[in-house]
Amino acid sequence: MSPRQSRTLTRWTFSALALVCAAAWAFPVYWMVSSSLMSNARLRSATPSFWPVNPTLSNYAAVVEGSSFTSALRMSLLVTGVTVVAVIAFAFLAALAVSRFRFRGRTSFVLTILLVQMLPAEGLFIAQYKMLSGAQLLNSVLGISVLYTAAIVPFTIWMLRGFVAGVPIELEEAAMVDGLSRVQAFLRITFPLLAPGLVASGVYAFLQAWNEFTIALVALPAESAKTLPLWLRSFLSASANRGVDWGEVMAASALIAVPVIVFFLFVQGRMTSGLVSGAVKG
Amino acid sequence: MTATLARATAPPTAPRRRRRPTRRQGVAYLLLAPAVAVLAIGLGYPVWWQVTSSFKEFGLAQQFGQPAPWVGLDNYVRIFTSDALWAVVLRSIAFCLFNAFVTVAIGVGLALLMRAAGRWARLALQVAMLLAWAMPMVAAVTVFKWLFDWRTGVVNWLFVRAGVVEMHEHHWLASPLSFFLVASLVIIWMSVPFVALSVYAGLMQVPEEVREAARIDGASATQQFWHVTVPMIRPVLAIVLLLQIIWDLRVFGQIRLLQDGGAPVGDTNLLGNFIFELGIGRQDFAGAAAVSIFVLALTALVSWPYVRALIKELDR
Repeated sequence: MSPRQSRTLTRWTFSALALVCAAAWAFPVYWMVSSSLMSNARLRSATPSFWPVNPTLSNYAAVVEGSSFTSALRMSLLVTGVTVVAVIAFAFLAALAVSRFRFRGRTSFVLTILLVQMLPAEGLFIAQYKMLSGAQLLNSVLGISVLYTAAIVPFTIWMLRGFVAGVPIELEEAAMVDGLSRVQAFLRITFPLLAPGLVASGVYAFLQAWNEFTIALVALPAESAKTLPLWLRSFLSASANRGVDWGEVMAASALIAVPVIVFFLFVQGRMTSGLVSGAVKG
Repeated sequence: MTATLARATAPPTAPRRRRRPTRRQGVAYLLLAPAVAVLAIGLGYPVWWQVTSSFKEFGLAQQFGQPAPWVGLDNYVRIFTSDALWAVVLRSIAFCLFNAFVTVAIGVGLALLMRAAGRWARLALQVAMLLAWAMPMVAAVTVFKWLFDWRTGVVNWLFVRAGVVEMHEHHWLASPLSFFLVASLVIIWMSVPFVALSVYAGLMQVPEEVREAARIDGASATQQFWHVTVPMIRPVLAIVLLLQIIWDLRVFGQIRLLQDGGAPVGDTNLLGNFIFELGIGRQDFAGAAAVSIFVLALTALVSWPYVRALIKELDR
């Protein structure tokens, strides 16, 4: 066998292996969707079927019609909406300060936000719980949005700082030479160039707030105030009381996961490079 | 306008920040104010509360509104002399390191596979990675509970099919060891994609000529990997491993959700769960605060190299 042939052969072997790994990794997601389309009777049979037999959307209908889904969806939308708007506004202003101004305490500020974004929710949630209960803000949109904004804003500042620094100040200055004021130059020249960065950080904040479980668990103890992740947990527990209806539970999981997956595919490139940029650029 | 001209005409030796420092600085502080305020309320105050509370007593009297008296280091002594805490600490660290190293090893393996495979196979693997990465944590744990369900889960069925009859109706979550095996599987499944894609991006920076040269010099595939590839992607590897250790130290939700199935809670708690039980469960806020301070200090210590690496980027 010539070296060329043997190289083609190894390439084929590696490709086959890659496909096997891809199938293994995608399997849980596939299993979720496939199970969600089958009746509970089918799922309880002794032999599992590896593709949806007689697919039906009845599980989804049952989940959505359940009383608690819409209230959890409303709560999630409210909390996520408030958080995303606050995060973008606050992080954008702070990123401007950090990358366009020299001021005393600049390095310490950046150092602080970088360190603070590493703090685990588990190390703070008891204190946050006490703070919210003291302020009568448990189960409120405002209370949890403040906690979420504080948790997400540090990384977003860091992310946007890169975008702002990427727009050369000379562009603005050239526009000012052409007669625009500083504010006009900023709004007409810099701001449009930052749009992709703002969108990316918005989606990042959305994903964080939408998926969050730990802080929600302590800050939203009431049944009526649950966000979707908490709701999915209660849904499974409630179902377990009557011998879990896995078809419905998988439909509930898919309802939460699918929009997130769509958003995620959109933003992931920026997130990867943001997290390891120092290392990759070397 | 005048500011631009002034900058353009200023002698190059005059330092920029001397010009009207107060006004420029004032604007900067104004821009920072909202972010600083929300951080002070959402993180600053809780940290402060935690530090002070860890030196106070929260007994029955305090639940009825009495002010908490200072007790010095009593809470720390009480918590850190109990065996229960150290069992949890050791378990958390062992679990964290195991997951982090296995995740990075598998991630590097898959990254190499992406490089070696053909175009379509690579794309399929990348899409599969993104699917797993994008799964919300609660949904992922729920799906794994279904995969490992004792009665009709597909995993037990596959084992029985393969001839391991003892696995018929096996309760994975009932004993601590297999509980942690399932927990590790969820965590590793969710975290490998980030490692694989980051390392793959790093591998793409290794010039093909370098590997070609090593191959011509007679280096085997293993030698090429250890002596050419690894040194060139060392920065990515270091940061990815560090991030995994930091993230795997803060596993709380996955454990909490898996425990819902009736697992032995005392034997499966990690640090976050221990704090939750102490604080929310038993209302021992001072003890929970003391453990939280320990967790925060541990995280800050482990995160320091990562933060230092990022700060080097600040003024590029």
